[in-house]
Amino acid sequence: MSTGTAPSLTQNVTPLAAGAHVTGIGWLKATAAFALGDGGVLLAKDGESHRVEAHPDAGVLIAASDGERFVTGGDDGRVAVTGSDGSTKTLAEAKGAWIDSLAVNAGGAFAYGVGKRVIARDDKGREKVLEVPSAARGLAFAPKGYRLAISHYNGATLWFPNVEAKPEPLEWKGSHLDITWSPDARFVVTSMQENALHGWRLIPDKGHMRMSGYPSKTRSFSWSGDGKWLATSGAEAAIIWPFESKEGPMGKAPRECGVRPAKVSRVAFHPNTLVLAVGYEDGCILLIRLNDASELLVRPAVKDSGITAMAWDKGGKRLAFGCEDGQAGVLTLP
Amino acid sequence: MTDKIPVTVLTGYLGAGKTTLLNRILTEQHGKKYAVIVNEFGEIGIDNELVVGADEEVFEMNNGCICCTVRGDLIRILDGLMKRKGKFDAIIVETTGLADPAPVAQTFFMDQDVSDTARLDAVVTVADAKWLSDRLKDAPEAKNQIAFADVIILNKIDLVSAGELEEVEARIRAINPYAKVHRTQNCAIPISEVLDRKAFDLDRIIEIEPDFLEEGHHHHHDEEMQSVSVAIDGEVDPEKFMPWISNLTQVEGPNILRCKGIVAFPNEPKRFVFQGVHMILDGDVQGEWKPGEKHTSKVVFIGRDLNEKAIKEGFLACAA
Repeated sequence: MSTGTAPSLTQNVTPLAAGAHVTGIGWLKATAAFALGDGGVLLAKDGESHRVEAHPDAGVLIAASDGERFVTGGDDGRVAVTGSDGSTKTLAEAKGAWIDSLAVNAGGAFAYGVGKRVIARDDKGREKVLEVPSAARGLAFAPKGYRLAISHYNGATLWFPNVEAKPEPLEWKGSHLDITWSPDARFVVTSMQENALHGWRLIPDKGHMRMSGYPSKTRSFSWSGDGKWLATSGAEAAIIWPFESKEGPMGKAPRECGVRPAKVSRVAFHPNTLVLAVGYEDGCILLIRLNDASELLVRPAVKDSGITAMAWDKGGKRLAFGCEDGQAGVLTLP
Repeated sequence: MTDKIPVTVLTGYLGAGKTTLLNRILTEQHGKKYAVIVNEFGEIGIDNELVVGADEEVFEMNNGCICCTVRGDLIRILDGLMKRKGKFDAIIVETTGLADPAPVAQTFFMDQDVSDTARLDAVVTVADAKWLSDRLKDAPEAKNQIAFADVIILNKIDLVSAGELEEVEARIRAINPYAKVHRTQNCAIPISEVLDRKAFDLDRIIEIEPDFLEEGHHHHHDEEMQSVSVAIDGEVDPEKFMPWISNLTQVEGPNILRCKGIVAFPNEPKRFVFQGVHMILDGDVQGEWKPGEKHTSKVVFIGRDLNEKAIKEGFLACAA
C-alpha cells in the first residue's frame, strides 16, 4: 500500500503555478482549464499557460465543462464561460448571490442555482426557472436528454426544464449535498451532511440505497467509464461501490483502494479503463488499477497542498490536478 | 495547521441596532478584514469587505435529536470562504431579528469541515433598552437571544430613564446573569469588547461568576427562562458526574440553551472544564489548580423551564 514502494510517474508530471486555491478543472480538447479561488481561469497547454480574469476581484466557486466550454460560477453572482482561446464572457448574472451550484449539458445548455431557484438555459437560449423546496445544492444533467437532477434538503428533484410535466420529487430526510447520475441513467446518487451517500434506483422500482460508514463527508464522486463502479471520497481510501447489477450496491461491500493515513479528497476514473486517480488531503495522488489494486505514484504528499480538483482529458492521456495552495500540474501518461 | 478563523455571531431583535454595531465594527480603523454574512443586503455601507447573503436555512441532523439543528447555508458559505483564505481575518455572522442563535452556534460543533477551519468566538446580542422588556414578554426569540449571549449590548440607553434602565438590565440578569452587559448609545463600544472574546474556548473559562453582584438592584424572576447554578465546596466523583451531566444534557437538551462548568476531580491536578449548547457538550481537563487554591466545583445552566431542584440535587449527589 505505501507510496514509498509504488512505482512512480512523478517524472511525467508538468508542474504549474496556478497561484490560488484550485476549485475546479476541465479540459477543452488539449487545453486544461483551472478555475481559481481568486477569480482567474488558468489555461494550460503543452507546458505553456495563460491566465484569464473570468471573475475579476471575485472567486470561482464551481466549474463545469462539456469539452468545448469552461463554465464557472463565482461569488460575484456571475456565470461566465471561458474558451480555450482565452475569450471569456458573462453567461448569466444574479446580483448579490453566490453561484456555487452549476451543471453543463452537451450542446451548450447549462443550469445554475440561486438560493431555491434553479435556472436552466437550453442550447437555444430558452430559460426556464424552477423553485425547489430549499436552496438547490447540487445540479447534474442526465447522461442523455435535457433533464436535470437537483439535490436539496430532504431529497432531490428531477426536472425536464422544457416539459410542462410536474418535476418528480425524490424524498429522503436530511441535507443532500452533491448529486450525480449513473451513466446509464438508472441511478441518482447524492452525498449527505451525515457522512453517507443516498441513492435512488429510478428503474424499475424507485428503491432507496443507503451507503454509509464514511468518517467524513463525500464531496467527490466519479463513475467508471462502463458505469459499473462509483468511486467516492471521504475516507482514508477510495470507496468504490459496485453498480453493475440492477439492484445497485445494496447488500454488497464496496471496494477500498489506496488505503493511506490521509483522507481522500478527490477521485477521478480514467474515461475508458478501470484505473482510478485518487487525490488525498495531504497532497498525494495515486493511480490505482482496479483489477489488481496496483498503484502508481503521481504526486508525493506535499504539506498544505491538499488535492482540490482533478480531471482526465477525453482520451485519458492526461490528468490535470490542482491543490488548495495554488500548486497544480498535468500528468501525461507514457 | 493554520489558525482557525474566529466567527462572531451577531444577534438581536428587530430594530435593536445590529446593523449600527456591524457598521461600527467595519468602519473602525483596526487594520483587519472581515467577511460578513448578512441576512439582508443594502444596509451595510461598506464596500471593501467580503459581504455574503445568507438564506438562514435551519436543517435537522439525521441523528434523531430534535435540537441538533445546523445552518445549512452557513456550512456552504464557510466552505466557499475557505477557498479565499487569506482575504479576511475573521468572520461576522449577522442573524435576522427572529433567529434562534442555537443552530448557528451548533454548526460550529456539529459540522466537521466547519470546526476544522473556523471557531465560534462569541454570541453578541444587541438589545433595545426601551423595548426589550416588552419583547421579552411577547417574543420568545428575544428571550432566546438574551439567554444565549456571551456579550449583550444594551443599546439606546439615551431613550430611557435611569430607573427604566435598571429595570431592563435586571430583566436581562434574571435570564442570563453570566453575559457581559455593556450599556451603549448608538452601539458605541470598543471593538475589543465585541470581537475576539474566545467565549467558547475551554481554556478561557477560568471562573464562572455573574457579571455583577451589585446589591440593592431590583430582583426579577423570569417565569420561563432562568439560570440555575450549583456549587460544591470540594471535588466531584467523575464516575458519578460524567453520567449525570451527559444524561441531563441528553434528556433536558431541548430546554438547556447554554451550560458551563468547572469541576474538580480527586487526584487530578487540572480542572475539568465544560461548556455546551443544548445537547452538545464540549469538555476537557484544562489548566492546573494553583498551589493552595481551593478545589471547588460549579455548574451553570441557562434554559427554559429548568427543574432547579432536580438539577441541584443531581449535582450535589456527584460530590466525591
